[in-house]
Amino acid sequence: MSASPVADWTTGTETIAHQTCKACSHVWYFRRGFCPACGSDDVAARQATGEGTVFAISIVTRAATAEARAHVPYAVVLVDVKEGFRMMGHGDRGLKIGDRVKARFEKFTGHIVPYFVKA
Amino acid sequence: MSYITGVGLTPYGKHEGRSTLDLMSDAATQALADSGLKRGDIDGVLCGYSTTMPHLMLATVFSEHFGIQPKYCHAIQVGGATGLAMGMLAHELVTAGTVRNVLVVAGENRLTGQARDSAIQTLAQVGHPDFEVPLGPTIPAYYGLVASRYMHEFGITEEQLAEFAVLMRTHAAAHPGAQFREPVTVADVMASRSIATPLKLLDCCPVSDGGAAFIVSRDLVNDFGIRIMGAGQAHLHQHVTLAGDVARYGASDACGRAMAASGAGLKDIDYVAIYDSFTITLAILLEEIGIARRGEAALMAKGGEFGVKGKLPLNTHGGLLSYGHCGTGGAMAHVVETHLQMTGRAGPRQVREASLALMHGDGGILSSHVSMFVERVR
Repeated sequence: MSASPVADWTTGTETIAHQTCKACSHVWYFRRGFCPACGSDDVAARQATGEGTVFAISIVTRAATAEARAHVPYAVVLVDVKEGFRMMGHGDRGLKIGDRVKARFEKFTGHIVPYFVKA
Repeated sequence: MSYITGVGLTPYGKHEGRSTLDLMSDAATQALADSGLKRGDIDGVLCGYSTTMPHLMLATVFSEHFGIQPKYCHAIQVGGATGLAMGMLAHELVTAGTVRNVLVVAGENRLTGQARDSAIQTLAQVGHPDFEVPLGPTIPAYYGLVASRYMHEFGITEEQLAEFAVLMRTHAAAHPGAQFREPVTVADVMASRSIATPLKLLDCCPVSDGGAAFIVSRDLVNDFGIRIMGAGQAHLHQHVTLAGDVARYGASDACGRAMAASGAGLKDIDYVAIYDSFTITLAILLEEIGIARRGEAALMAKGGEFGVKGKLPLNTHGGLLSYGHCGTGGAMAHVVETHLQMTGRAGPRQVREASLALMHGDGGILSSHVSMFVERVR
C-alpha cells in the first residue's frame, strides 16, 4: 500500500495536494497509501485551493545551510487550509496569526515551495 | 521496585578530542563509582543515540568498549525524551526481574565533533522529509512556530519567557560543570540576536559535548534510597504540522499515567526537573502538566518559586539552557541533579527539601513525553 506519486509542490508542480478517505471521510496532508484514521486503502488524492488561515509563524534568521542562508530572513508558517488540514509553507514576514491567506509558489534553495500572502 | 543507585555527569561544553565512547565511558565510570557496583554487577545496558557516532548497535559497541557483557542491551531513540524513556524501561526491566542493575548511559561530542551547521541540519531532520524539511526550518523554527501560537493563545510575552533563561543561568552559576555560568538579565535575553522568532539566542539551549549516566537497581546497594515510583509516556504526534492542540501536546497524558503508576500527585512534589530545550518548552510543559496555570509559569519563575530557595526548585543545575545539551545526555543531567538534590549532595545548590520529585522529558517538537516520579525512602 504505497502512496502513488502525485504532482504537487513536493515533486515540482505548483499545486498543493492532500488525500481523503472514501470510507470515513478523513482528510490529511502527509501522503500515504491508507487512511491514518480508519486504515482503509480506498483513498483519493485531491487538490487544495491554497486558501486558509495562519495558525503560527516564525521568521528564521539562522539557517542551517549555505543555500538557505541566502534567503534569510524567511518566514515559515503553519496554515489551516479550508479543505481541513494544516500545512507548513513560507509566507510574507508581516503575516499575523489569524490572517486569511492564499498560496502562491516561490523558489527556495532550488525547488518550489508554497508561499502564503494575505488573501 | 527499583532504585537509582548511582549517577555520573561530566561537565558540559567543549571536550576537544573526546569521542562519543570516551564521554559515555567517563560518565559510566563515575556512575559505577557512585553506586559502589562493579562492572560485573551490571547485567543491563541502555543507551540512546549519538549524531557524531551513528551506529546500528551503539549499546553493544559501548558494552564491549567499556568491558561489560550484559544479558540485556540495546539503544533506544525518542529524541530529547530518550534519557527518561531509558529510565522508565530500566525501571520496568528491573521490576519485571529481567535484570538486577541497568546502566543507562549517554555521551556525545556534539559540539566539537562536527561543524555547527551540520549539527543544526541533522537535528532539523526530525521534520518531515517531503512536507517540512524542504522549507528550511530548524529546530528553533519548529519551536518558534509552537511559541508564536502558544504565546498568542495564552497571552505570554517575550520578556516573560526570558525569565526562564535568567533562572537557568542563575542556577548554572552555582555549578562548576555548566557550559554557561555568566549571569544574564531579561534585557540581555531580549537583546540577544534573533534565531527564529520569537526565539532569540538566549531562549535556546546550546550545543554541547558531554556525558551522563545513572544506574537503576532492583536492590538498595548503598546508602542512597531513591526509589522510582512510576513513570508514564504519551506520543500524540511526531511532526509539528500535526500537533493538533496547543493545550495538549501530550505532557499531561504522560504525567497522568505516571501519577497512576506511582500513586503520587503534583501536591506531593518538592523538586521538579523539566526538559528545557527552549524557554517556551518550560512554559508549555509546566503549564500542561499543571504545575502552573496557563500563561503563568514564567510569572512564577519571575516570582522566585522555581529558585533554589523557592517553593518548587526547578533544574537547579541550570538545565539544558545553561548546563548544556549534548543530545541523549542532555536531559539525563536533570536526572543526575535530581539524585544529588534528593541525596543531599548538591553543595551550594542544595535545596531545603527534596524528598519527592517529578521529572519530565520531551522529544521532537513536544512529540514524545515521559514523566517519572521518584521518592526518597531513606
